Amino acid sequence: MKSFIAFWNILLKDMKNYYLKPPNISWGIIFPFAWMLMLFIKSQSAFNINDTFPGIVAMSILFGTTSMLAVTITFERKSRSFERLLLAPISTELLVFSKVSGAILFGILNSIIPILISVLYFKSAVLNWYLLFTGIILLSIVSTLLGLSIAVSAKEVFEAQTFSNFFRFPMIFLCGLFIPIASLPFYIRPVSYILPITYGVDVLKYAISKSNSMPVLLDIILLIIFCVGLFYFSIFNIRKKWIV
Amino acid sequence: MESIIEVKNLTKDYGNLIAVDNISFSINKGEIFGFLGPNAAGKTTTINILTGMAKITSGKIFYKDNDITNKIKKIQRFIGVVPDESNLYEELTGYENLCFCASLYGIFRSKREKKARELLEVFQLSEASHRRFRTYSKGMKRKLTIAASIVHEPEILFLDEPTTGIDVASSRQIRNLIKKLNSNGTTIFLTTHYIEEAERLCSRIAFIKNGRIIKIGTAGNFIEDIKESNVIEVLFDSVSVDKNILLKRLNQNFPDVECIFKNENTIKIISPGKIDISPIVSFLSSNNIYILEAKLIKPTLEDAFVKMTGIEIDIMKKEKEKK
Repeated sequence: MKSFIAFWNILLKDMKNYYLKPPNISWGIIFPFAWMLMLFIKSQSAFNINDTFPGIVAMSILFGTTSMLAVTITFERKSRSFERLLLAPISTELLVFSKVSGAILFGILNSIIPILISVLYFKSAVLNWYLLFTGIILLSIVSTLLGLSIAVSAKEVFEAQTFSNFFRFPMIFLCGLFIPIASLPFYIRPVSYILPITYGVDVLKYAISKSNSMPVLLDIILLIIFCVGLFYFSIFNIRKKWIV
Repeated sequence: MESIIEVKNLTKDYGNLIAVDNISFSINKGEIFGFLGPNAAGKTTTINILTGMAKITSGKIFYKDNDITNKIKKIQRFIGVVPDESNLYEELTGYENLCFCASLYGIFRSKREKKARELLEVFQLSEASHRRFRTYSKGMKRKLTIAASIVHEPEILFLDEPTTGIDVASSRQIRNLIKKLNSNGTTIFLTTHYIEEAERLCSRIAFIKNGRIIKIGTAGNFIEDIKESNVIEVLFDSVSVDKNILLKRLNQNFPDVECIFKNENTIKIISPGKIDISPIVSFLSSNNIYILEAKLIKPTLEDAFVKMTGIEIDIMKKEKEKK
């Protein structure tokens, strides 16, 4: 019960102080909206919402979670308020879980806008809603944990932002969102397969239009493995780098 | 005396740098134990190790006779920490900060809200309770940080330089709060570079320099050790020569006495026996130093500290305040 009180209050504080601030809410709305509008204008005659939908959802989650978590944790480390959490009688696992939960929820919320636009305005027919939400949740978790891995490596807020961009932009082009992996040069393809986002995008593609390229069960298993791996990698790094 | 924390042969190194070098001490239940030393003496590193913020290189730590080396997490519920810089959440109000810190210790909402209000009252921050932490003055921030560290009623409170860089009135208030906390049963581990603070507050003091404890005892013990010494303070107008050169010359010319600068305008001369002041005065005059006053004073804790560590108090204070 005591651990739950700590977890819940860390989550509430983060939601209130970081994620539900007006600039972040508006960013969560404007970002997917702007991408959809851009793609719609660019290819109006041949616009296929089912091709665009998974990409916009994945980007909204990836950009929202990685930037928020990397910046908030680095900010708290810099102002030393993160020490309060390290001094509290809670395990590092629970502390990390509490910190990432807010970002995961933020990622899930970010995916709602493109879903609403696609379904309500473009009348997109989602083939499997359960798998869509499974994909969104796993993608939010894995993106958040990527953000955490970046936060653990950065000392300054600007460093975290730079690292985030260094990882995010290549990921967008290598995960099969806009360019199918099969069309990439063969020597780049292995990179695509070590990116967790690749599997998240594949689950979304399956759920929306069954245009996936790998078995969906394999995607889900690999995403879970990435989540567990990144979670413990971050814990290992926190213990190694922050408790010296 | 029942010891609450016992440290045996604690060493901490960061590669080639030895921050804490084979120190041993115990903190007795109910006392205020002081760590007195200059910058980079190893005070903060010791606190970090004892509170789980740093790993130990070698040695043992016991909490109530139980070996807790590398298991500090287990006792974090019983300890409170006030770091050398206030580290609460800038965007939360004073009240929210206290409630949040209490929640980290699993305290239920009604209890933590009551406790937060009580502490704000005790620390005279009730009027500012709904202001964001970032709007607080340095003294107010310090007080709220102390309040946040005792919101879960710890058995032992670690205070790292609690009065550094804050105004005199706030410092006095904080010292009174420390005394009050201690009289209510909280054991306190205090690091400071202010000798008068250590003398006023601490039951026992450890002098620490370059990661090593030089001596542990009460202020009375330390003064007792040098009570037979004679101390003369020489106040002068200004020094035209380099202070270090002057000290070197003084110590060369008068090897039986120890000369140190107390501050810019005062030299302290400490001797185990009687001091013949006239040759020293002549020497200083011949070095173009215009002497205003020379007086015999009683040895103080400061003299004991200077004698044992060879550190100039004024320089120690300035170094810390510059930080």
